[in-house]
Amino acid sequence: MKAPLSWIKDYIDLDDLNVEQIAHYLTMIGLEVEGIRLVGLPKPEAERHEFNYEGLSWDREKFVVAEVLEVLPHPNADRLVLCRLNDGIQELVILTGAPNLYPYKGQGPLAQTLKVAYAREGAMLYDGHQPGQVLTKLKRAVIRGVESFSMICSEKELGISDEHGGVIILDADAPVGTPLVDYMGDAVFDISILPNMVRDASMIGIARELAAVTRRELRLPEGIPLPQGDALSKRVSLEVRNPELNPRFMLGMVENVQAQPSPYWVQRRLNLAGMRPIDALVDATNYTMLETGEPLHAFDYELLCKRAGGNLPSIITRTAKQGEMLTLLDGTTQPLDESMEVVADSVGPLSLAGIMGGMDSGISAQTQHVLLEAASWNFINIRQTLSKLKIPSEAGWRFSRGVHPALAEQALRLCLLRMLAWGGGRLVEGVLDAYLLPPQDPVVTLTEEEIISRLGAEISLEEAANILTRLGFTCTLQNGQLTAKTPPIRLDIGEGLIGKASLMEEIARIYGYERIPSKRLAVELPAPVFDPNLETEERIRDILVSLGLQDTVAYRQTSPQREARILPNQALDPDLAYVRIKNPISPDRTVMRRSGLATMLELLEYNSKFRPSLALFEIGPVFLPVDGQLLPREALRLTVGMAGLREIPTWQTKTAEKRDFFDLKGLLEAFLRGLHLPEVSFQPAEHPTFHPGKCAQVLSGEQVLGVFGELHPMVQEHYEFEALPVLAAELDADLLVALSRVEFEHQPLSNYPAMVEDIAVIVPEEVSAAALEAAIHQAGGKLLVNVRLFDVYRGEKLGLGKKSMAYQLTYQAFDHTLTDKDAATIRNRIVRALEREFGAVLRSQ
Amino acid sequence: MTDRETQLENEKKEALAALDDIRTTEGLETWRIAHLGKSSPVMQAFSDLGKLPVEERPLVGRAANTVKQALESAYAVKSEQLRQAELERTLTRERIDVTLPGRAVQRGRLHPLNQTLREVCQIFRDMGFQIYRSPEVETDDFNFTYLNMPPYHPARDMWDTFYTDKDGVLLRTHTSPGQIHIMRERAPEHIRAILPGTTMRYEQLTARSEIEFIQVEVLVVGKGITFADMKGTLTDFAARAFGKDARTRLRPSYFPFTEPSAEMDVECFVCGGEGCNVCKGTGWLEILGCGMVHPTVLEYGGYDPQEFSGFAAGMGIDRSTLMRYRVDDIRHFRNNDIRFLEQF
Ligand SMILES: [Zn+2]
Repeated sequence: MKAPLSWIKDYIDLDDLNVEQIAHYLTMIGLEVEGIRLVGLPKPEAERHEFNYEGLSWDREKFVVAEVLEVLPHPNADRLVLCRLNDGIQELVILTGAPNLYPYKGQGPLAQTLKVAYAREGAMLYDGHQPGQVLTKLKRAVIRGVESFSMICSEKELGISDEHGGVIILDADAPVGTPLVDYMGDAVFDISILPNMVRDASMIGIARELAAVTRRELRLPEGIPLPQGDALSKRVSLEVRNPELNPRFMLGMVENVQAQPSPYWVQRRLNLAGMRPIDALVDATNYTMLETGEPLHAFDYELLCKRAGGNLPSIITRTAKQGEMLTLLDGTTQPLDESMEVVADSVGPLSLAGIMGGMDSGISAQTQHVLLEAASWNFINIRQTLSKLKIPSEAGWRFSRGVHPALAEQALRLCLLRMLAWGGGRLVEGVLDAYLLPPQDPVVTLTEEEIISRLGAEISLEEAANILTRLGFTCTLQNGQLTAKTPPIRLDIGEGLIGKASLMEEIARIYGYERIPSKRLAVELPAPVFDPNLETEERIRDILVSLGLQDTVAYRQTSPQREARILPNQALDPDLAYVRIKNPISPDRTVMRRSGLATMLELLEYNSKFRPSLALFEIGPVFLPVDGQLLPREALRLTVGMAGLREIPTWQTKTAEKRDFFDLKGLLEAFLRGLHLPEVSFQPAEHPTFHPGKCAQVLSGEQVLGVFGELHPMVQEHYEFEALPVLAAELDADLLVALSRVEFEHQPLSNYPAMVEDIAVIVPEEVSAAALEAAIHQAGGKLLVNVRLFDVYRGEKLGLGKKSMAYQLTYQAFDHTLTDKDAATIRNRIVRALEREFGAVLRSQ
Repeated sequence: MTDRETQLENEKKEALAALDDIRTTEGLETWRIAHLGKSSPVMQAFSDLGKLPVEERPLVGRAANTVKQALESAYAVKSEQLRQAELERTLTRERIDVTLPGRAVQRGRLHPLNQTLREVCQIFRDMGFQIYRSPEVETDDFNFTYLNMPPYHPARDMWDTFYTDKDGVLLRTHTSPGQIHIMRERAPEHIRAILPGTTMRYEQLTARSEIEFIQVEVLVVGKGITFADMKGTLTDFAARAFGKDARTRLRPSYFPFTEPSAEMDVECFVCGGEGCNVCKGTGWLEILGCGMVHPTVLEYGGYDPQEFSGFAAGMGIDRSTLMRYRVDDIRHFRNNDIRFLEQF
């Protein structure tokens, strides 16, 4: 909402406050000022400015009101004129190319002089000939043989609008010689209107708030008295079919008006408020809407008569019929349905109620008789229609937030006044007013104790009543209870407890949040409740970070196509259930992800062009729809990804080593040890994303934690990896959380020396390292405290299909020093077991 | 002076002179064998003592001893000199260019958003708050209706929402639905909790706007909780997060699920309030929205609003991280560009 200061000042005296102070008041009562545009006024002096200023200040000496006495032709140019001008000090001749002065050329001294905004040499203003706002200094120049050093300004040059088609012709009563900034210097507040404060999307609303907080008088404008009589009812009939959707509908009428330009001050204000001036009639409805907050609509009465074909024109508000079409003022033709409220006549819809007028009945430059509508509409219904038709509409924006029906009357009276004043014409006696469903303005009670127990501030009932009264509430104080009746300007105050909360906000807002004390919570701490997931999730992050991995945060939104890239054939599975987004932001974000792997591979792909070595992880949910349930299961996944070299090569690196399966496995082993998961084991596994020979699943006991491996070469082809190989793991983080232990028994340390010896056994190729190691442990018993595989060897000497596995074994007892004999016993046990189970042959000792 | 004594004196002079010229440990060893070895003149003098006349023996013996001691101590000095020289040479030889880069160690890091989130959680934990989480895919009821936004409530416009193909199911636009979940779990116990999590809004993806971001919701429910309690708690939070001298202010705002509602600004930590690009010239940075829990929300949560009151607040982790590091493009956070992440 753009609010020019000069307009607000129509209703409240603010001369002793500067722009900064006013903006501060507004912001601190909930009308946040997002920016201030200076349109003439100087930037105020302040120790600290809390707002962003833009725009132009008009120097008092350089910009004045002047009058053009005579317009003379230019000796050398048709498209330029010379103006004899009085700037209050002297008479000068000024050069200008403004087309709107041509008509006065050669008329001799003007009977009625033209008041203009005059800029002297050295004035800083916007260059009218350049796009946008380019600040420039007015310099002496010779144009077509005539010296020029000052100018008559256009709106663009003064920063009022981007209009540069002619110079500004001020209203006739503008005082010559007065500094322009005193006559019409302004500042425009760009105010963000909160959804519950639509009543303040109006100049009167803003002034009312300022009056309440600064304890000043609010001067409400007087419209014309409601015209009495029955002349109007003989010109048009009115029927409201659904009071629920249309609580009030008023009609007034002005005849023999002229669609002439509005006074300049009106045009200027509309421009500053962000609306284009059109003519007196349109301007009057827009001006009144900005002033009161009530959108109005004007019908061309003659068009209605034509449609009625000789009968009395009728206005009927009703819901549309299925299939009815309506061409709106913006030129679009909208299909209507039975939920949409329209203003119609006997022929068909005239306008989309509360949203936009129709093309066939609105006023135009030819209009002579205006039928003026001021109504109120059901805000939910308006919202539904807006969301169906998606039409940008100022009226719709307002009505969809709730406009009190009482405003219709105020706005009608003011708008009729403006139309008569700016467009001439004659008032038709009488109004039609179908006020079928007046709202019950809530009456809310409050006690001092209630105020203190919710706000924590010692605000007396008298002070509360005072604040509410200034906001328009009707207050009575009796027996320690405040009773406040909501004024008929707003619909945001609730009933009962909700009403109390609403009033509490009004009181606190105007009292000032900064005056409410700060207290520390005095209530006792609630009983502790822990979120073990969160704690463990953070522990998982810490362990992985300590292992050198980079944490990432990934998007949840993806597409089935993106996720299918992790499959060798990229085939979309039509049966795969996704949480599908109805209004996706783009074709590559149509569903909630199911796969952490797909996310990770994309992250690796993106980053592989930047680093030859990558190690990343991500923790986040995947979304798995569950049959028969409304909401998906949000399963927490941990994905780890590695690519490229084991280390980033430096000057010392002779040969850069690539990562392999065992880098990832080693990392997972260290990680899972960090979580103290019980009975971790690894098994060969199959997964479409991974190389069939380089893929494993990791288990804790019987439960599968997840799968990992090196990418399947066909999957790898779907991505542009610049660092290879690519290894990835996807683990069930919920399970990790559930199985991880923060309490466990430590391993005691022995004070007796350990014995270390190496053995190597030749076994068939198919014997897995895990099986072998398990058998060694089994046979070794308690005294075998460590088994470390240090060599795997294959060679001709061993024979085809054989391998040699060399282990370093550590024996240690807790109660004595082991002897060579003890060691031999254990070793023999192990060797015999391996012979028995795997046909192993001892290779060396 | 006997001949023997003179010979010994000469031997000493010669030996010491020879020692002077020695530069290597090998040379020194040869010298030692020649002048202090078994067959050296000095040692020879000792073994020849018996052959001398009795009266000469003490004189020659003493002389031999003196020479031997002199040579031995000269040897020791020389030996130490050579060792030092050798060490010097070795150390010089082993000198490296310490300005060469060190071996690369890959350090793991938390994502900057998770860093900020952790800090915020830690501050609230220190203040006695518990942590509670709830789903990211939500029902319309939890996301809107129970938060005092029945269908077609104007405030629904405040959040551009992603809907799913299931009726009444959407991607939560804020962490506030968690308020209802935790209230329904805890009622009528009182609550002092924070609710962190990812939320999603239908926005165009630009340098300034994201479709996914992390929020932290604060919720206190109990008997006699006041606006002043909210102000004090959030001021405390700001002091812990932004420094004890950080100035804050509350100004009125609107959220459908709180009333009265407020927005908290902290003095811009970039310019100190002077006005800059980050604070758009205002000297203030908006850090959170807050308010007293709306009676309707309390009721939906299972608390009697006559008896209970509370406050709630919500803050964006992405936005505050963005401001803190003056990140010029919010999309950096979820692009996970390693060149970006490595800076934190
Ligand atoms: Zn700043």
